[in-house]
Amino acid sequence: MNITVCIKQVPGTAEVEIDEKTGVLKRDGIDSKMNPYDLYAIETAVRLKEENKADISVITMGPPQAEAVIKEAYMMGVDKGCLLTDRKFAGADVLATAYALSQGITRMGEYDLIVCGKMTTDGDTAQVGPEIAEYLNIPHVANVRKIHKITEKSVIVEMNMAESVEIQEVLLPCLITVEKDICQPRLPSFKLKMKTSDRPIRRITFNDLDDKNVMHYGLNGSPTQVLKIFPPPANTTNEKWEGDSEKLSKKLADKLHELKYV
Amino acid sequence: MAKIVVHQNKIEDRKAVVEVCPFNALEFESNDELILNAACKMCKICVKRYPEIFEYVEDVAPTVNKDEWKGVTVYIDHIEGDIHPVSFELIGKARQMADKIGHPVHCLIMGDNISDIAEQVLHYGADEVFVYDKPQLHDFRIEPYAAVFEDYISKNKPSIILVGGTTVGRSLAPRVAARFRTGLTADCTILDVQENTDLDQIRPAYGGNIMAHIHTPNHRPQFATVRYKIFDAPVRTEDKSGKLTLCDIADDKLASKITVIEIKKKEKVKSIEDADVIVVAGRALKKEEDIKMIYDLADELGAMVATTRPLIEAGWMDARLQIGLSGRTVKPKLIITCGVSGAIQFVAGMNNSDMIISINEDPKAQIFNVAHYAIVGDIYEIIPGLIEQIKEMKKEQ
Repeated sequence: MNITVCIKQVPGTAEVEIDEKTGVLKRDGIDSKMNPYDLYAIETAVRLKEENKADISVITMGPPQAEAVIKEAYMMGVDKGCLLTDRKFAGADVLATAYALSQGITRMGEYDLIVCGKMTTDGDTAQVGPEIAEYLNIPHVANVRKIHKITEKSVIVEMNMAESVEIQEVLLPCLITVEKDICQPRLPSFKLKMKTSDRPIRRITFNDLDDKNVMHYGLNGSPTQVLKIFPPPANTTNEKWEGDSEKLSKKLADKLHELKYV
Repeated sequence: MAKIVVHQNKIEDRKAVVEVCPFNALEFESNDELILNAACKMCKICVKRYPEIFEYVEDVAPTVNKDEWKGVTVYIDHIEGDIHPVSFELIGKARQMADKIGHPVHCLIMGDNISDIAEQVLHYGADEVFVYDKPQLHDFRIEPYAAVFEDYISKNKPSIILVGGTTVGRSLAPRVAARFRTGLTADCTILDVQENTDLDQIRPAYGGNIMAHIHTPNHRPQFATVRYKIFDAPVRTEDKSGKLTLCDIADDKLASKITVIEIKKKEKVKSIEDADVIVVAGRALKKEEDIKMIYDLADELGAMVATTRPLIEAGWMDARLQIGLSGRTVKPKLIITCGVSGAIQFVAGMNNSDMIISINEDPKAQIFNVAHYAIVGDIYEIIPGLIEQIKEMKKEQ
């Protein structure tokens, strides 16, 4: 069985601020790390490998330094890694990212199951997984919190809905996005680090892809455009209410109603 | 082809120029040429900072005939006979925007045996409700649901589509948007429409640390998802308005590789970290049985109850409910602290909450330093009064 996991390198901290005058993002340090949600996707794949026979590949799209997250994936038990990188991918929104990844996944070879993290911590959209599945023309299940069983033909998963849990059997190949509840990711192993230190990372560039229409990638393939970024409105409310208890109760009830909690 | 052109000869301080990009997308190639790599998000911060070096060039983009795409459509999310309230909130928003551009408000609802549910939508001011009622749509499975959505869009060509940020919506919307090769903006908190029908989409990114204003200038339909409780739902009208239109779709389009084996109710054990609303019981509680009042308030608000260390030490509450440095860190949308003094160890575990309301008898309580609303009073008077008020309000609704 072949399992492909999609991963992403994200800023090491979400503590970004915007300089209101220049519109420039200020970040403390420029550290990067693996998107935390992807650790659950990798762990899910590695556990499936331990229980069944499987070959795990990871793919990430990004600049050359994004190889760091592939190396980390190797330390968790991933077999192969692939970096999708090209200047032509610059400026990709969700759609162009998902499309490039779907092309890259096809180029990588056979897959039975694709696992994605629930979302990334920089984009927060949770959309790339379902869009990849669309372009690969395979079914997907989002918000998977448990895998009951996997066979050559299908996988039985638990989809987390707000009030209920839906257990679905999905024919392979398919894509799932997994929640944090699914498992506790292992730490990268030092032994594996030594063992995989010279394991190659395959590079796939624009010229390797089947679809070579530049209008489908990067900024050109991105229907959405960011007009501007700005700091969120600061919550500077700091009101003190004093007086008669009965009136305070009423005032608080009205405030909760206004905030839509009642 | 739109791109950022780098004027290599204008580069002076190489290090500073590379560092201007927050995404590490600028690098010098081996031939010393500065390029934008795949990490570029087209945020154009480099253009803003070094306009002499970076030039944004926008060529003629593929244009869509925007006049062919009419109407603001709301996807109606429902489960087991109940419409998810976010759907009504979106109808309200759709109405505001549609009126501005003279478009109709349409709703799309799909499912099995849903005529009663579809009727409900007519009380909220939609012009037309498109109903796909098929046994294959009984449970949410991605392929048939996406096929119906595709059928609806192809036949009706809506300009804007709003989808609630529910489990179903967040799975379905990207799938359909990708099928039409169009944009989708997740979790918008502000939406508005331009006269040319372009949708202004504003959403938080980086865990809410920045806001992004996004638009979809050359593609239709324009997709946005919105979470529950962002917009106001219109008041339900006694009379119905608008009409129901039954739609059909060929059975072969509803094929699926997914079989739903079982749907089970979720066990209600969740941790306080996952709660959207938390009510905190503090040391001002005089005896163990008084905790009931905190639970009653939490029940009215659909909240979870949490507590501070003294109550854990007293053995009144489960240690998993403790907020603070020696307990859990929470970041709910709303937290109401009841009789909590606000020791630094506690505050560190909750001060990133979106809205903090604190009730305490002592006007100098430390908790008031972080509270958005500081209510000076006795919890034994205010909370029972509050519960009563909320019950009254619910009766009126």
